[in-house]
Amino acid sequence: MTTILLALVIGAAFGAVLDRVGASNPSFIGAMLNLTNLNLAKSIVLAIGVGSVLMFGGQMLGLVDVGHMSVKAAYGGVFLGGLLLGAGWALSGFCPGTGVVAAASGRKDALFFIAGGLLGVAAYMVTYPAWKSSGLLDAIAGGKVTLGAVPGAKYDGLTALPGDILGLVLGLGFVALAFALPERLTGAPAQVQPAE
Amino acid sequence: MQLNWKVGGLLLGLVFFAAVWLVKPIGVSTQFVILDGIVADAVNPGLVTQTEDGFTSTNAYLAKSGGKYAKAVSNPLNYSFVFVIAMMIGGLLSALARGGIPAGDRRVPALWRANFGDCRIKRYTAAFVGGFIVLYGARLAGGCTSGHMMSGMMQTAVSGYIFAAGAFAAAVPVSLMLFKKEA
Repeated sequence: MTTILLALVIGAAFGAVLDRVGASNPSFIGAMLNLTNLNLAKSIVLAIGVGSVLMFGGQMLGLVDVGHMSVKAAYGGVFLGGLLLGAGWALSGFCPGTGVVAAASGRKDALFFIAGGLLGVAAYMVTYPAWKSSGLLDAIAGGKVTLGAVPGAKYDGLTALPGDILGLVLGLGFVALAFALPERLTGAPAQVQPAE
Repeated sequence: MQLNWKVGGLLLGLVFFAAVWLVKPIGVSTQFVILDGIVADAVNPGLVTQTEDGFTSTNAYLAKSGGKYAKAVSNPLNYSFVFVIAMMIGGLLSALARGGIPAGDRRVPALWRANFGDCRIKRYTAAFVGGFIVLYGARLAGGCTSGHMMSGMMQTAVSGYIFAAGAFAAAVPVSLMLFKKEA
């Protein structure tokens, strides 16, 4: 029952924050991905940094259980799937999490996104054996690995660097990157000439 | 309407940290599998079955990894599924608390309207096709923006970096091609 309560509290907080940072607004996603407004990218990069610093810092102080880490496997399909997700993300302006939040907050196009998503998942469930036999789901780079081995974690490190210190340093690096990113990467739009 | 990026990023980071501190890293796209499984199992009750040491399915994908998806399908009141339901509640309350999303934007978002006009069929078709590609890709990759990119990179997972590289390598060019006008 406690876990269900935590699901309700953390899930609701996540949904509310996604709404407030603008991640469930396709116009903000589009403006991030066409590089005209990077405010959302700055939020995302800062969030990764803050999460990283708190998690690894907490682990080093013995306050955070290393066993709660859950690292996904690396395989060829991760990159290929990432490409597909990226293309669909740009087209629709939604990813799975922001799509459900957007639909709940009244965006009608998000309902179509979810319907398409459920069909896409069904298609994957049917075609899964073909991917499995293609070898693209076989682990690469050690599979479930972190950049450095984290003390007490069940995952190997890609490098011999200490994973917790590396995580802390990278976390600070993400925070710095968030501040360093400009508000926009492409030039300001040309002034629209008034109609004759 | 959009929070200052520093405040927003800090809050978002705190949520991701709270999840891994109290339970486990956030992930969403698996729950599309579970919902599909629940619907399919209702239509075809033989899909998910209980065995002596857990659950399995006639579908190879639901049966993989010791039937963990099959188990979640037969018991939807689990952490990850309730988490996504709660996200919807939180998102709705947050949107209502700031006055709701304007009716025009609920039908067709501003950036889309600036580039492709007000036609709803066009927008809904794009959202549907996009949704299909996004979730197919997420399942092939084994996670989405939350699970792979945010939770993964936060944990220094190699797979998170591979995923993010793929996602942005496709998303930025596609967006630059599609959305030439600003909202």
